[in-house]
Amino acid sequence: MAGPRNISVSEASRPVLPRHAKLKYDETRKVWVILAPERVLAPDEIAVEVLQLCNGERKVGDVADQLAAKYAAPREAILADVIAMLQDLADKGFLTEAREKTS
Amino acid sequence: MSDVLGNPVIPPDASDSLAVLEKSRATAETFGIPLAVLLEITHRCPLQCPYCSNPVELDRSGKELTTDEWKKVLSELAEIGVLQVHFSGGEPTARKDLVELVKHASDVGLYTNLITSAVLLTREKLGELADAGLCHVQISFQGIEESLADRVAGYKGGHRKKLEVAKWTRELDLPLTVNAVMHRQNLHQLPDIIQMSVDLDADRLEVANVQYYGWALKNRAALMPTVAQLDECTEIVEAARERLKGRLTIDYVVPDYYALRPKKCMGGWGRQFFNISPAGKVLPCHAAESITGLDFESVRSNHSIAWIWQNSEAFNRYRGTGWMKEPCKSCEFREIDFGGCRCQAFALTGDAANTDPACALSPLHETIFKQAEAEAEGETNRFLYRNFAGGTLESENGA
Repeated sequence: MAGPRNISVSEASRPVLPRHAKLKYDETRKVWVILAPERVLAPDEIAVEVLQLCNGERKVGDVADQLAAKYAAPREAILADVIAMLQDLADKGFLTEAREKTS
Repeated sequence: MSDVLGNPVIPPDASDSLAVLEKSRATAETFGIPLAVLLEITHRCPLQCPYCSNPVELDRSGKELTTDEWKKVLSELAEIGVLQVHFSGGEPTARKDLVELVKHASDVGLYTNLITSAVLLTREKLGELADAGLCHVQISFQGIEESLADRVAGYKGGHRKKLEVAKWTRELDLPLTVNAVMHRQNLHQLPDIIQMSVDLDADRLEVANVQYYGWALKNRAALMPTVAQLDECTEIVEAARERLKGRLTIDYVVPDYYALRPKKCMGGWGRQFFNISPAGKVLPCHAAESITGLDFESVRSNHSIAWIWQNSEAFNRYRGTGWMKEPCKSCEFREIDFGGCRCQAFALTGDAANTDPACALSPLHETIFKQAEAEAEGETNRFLYRNFAGGTLESENGA
């Protein structure tokens, strides 16, 4: 993987999918998928939205801000969900972080 | 190796927001086009592993699909909804056009895995493959100790080269899977193979016990582990999975000889897997050509791949449960394991429609289990090496 192992996702993380995990819309099955080594994951709608915002520059906190505003939902709850989803992805080895981050 | 591809492995901790598609989508209900396809682009290989998953009757290079034919296949696969392709063999890097094929696969949107013995790769070639869009490299290892690993592969210097290529793979930032095929003569090295995978910075390790068809069936007496070895193997894998969670994913393929229930081979015949042979045959499993009397259609025919998958006689012959005889026919597990493996049923009973003898309900189960047990305790360690000449017996002194 591009980044260190055992990534711990926090509000200050700037995660991004590594080059070997590809988010793609599957035209045949009409679902979003994450293509990974010998795996095809089916992220749900929220996961897709979060991953589209994770570009290696945007902080997880900013992602939560945007989603909280968009859905008029409590930021803390959204942040917790976003971190949990990203951590799950990181634990599977399908998430990396911008290298220059300090946290 | 290929059994791992054929039998989708479900990570135990898949959460709801990131479900594994193989599980959540009922491809089995509709025979939808598989998510991943295995491309055996050549049967040529410098290694001679005695458990090779290729058929005993290998396709010679003159029969291989051309570069343009493979490109057409790749475009067609992408168009009908295949998401991933595995470039395999034989040794896929034995084909001079591999970079071009990987590039084309990437261009049409396919996720590309390379399944390789690694011994023919240079750092430059691996770099070219990465630039062409290769997403993932899987390297086979035959053991941890050079003398044994090279002896199993029938290739001097192979193990050392594999270690080097594994290093290059990670330097190029490509994810690495270590594939370790396990049998009686190397199972004692499993703990060290797990550690080697960690040291090589691999993401995945496939601990694949030999499945006994084709070449492996010919070598069964030299490969079959004892029950005690297998029990220990399972314990080692389970402990390592726990210890290395988040660091190394371990996929585990268990051998079925000592099981009571057969494996759901290929996820069921014609349900979620097909592969394409070097000569372009579209097959329900990489060993399917061992079943005589089945006519497999080629991508060179005037039928599309989707048509062959949906309609060809060979794919429909053992689909579902309609073809079953007793004891499968009335068995409560018939839609769970689909009667096990058709190739194994054919190889061991002479009829692919019989119950796989790995199943305790097969009238042959007891006999075959006893035979395997006896072989496992035996002294036969000489290999019959895989080659185009139908195999060569290892010399007495192991060379």
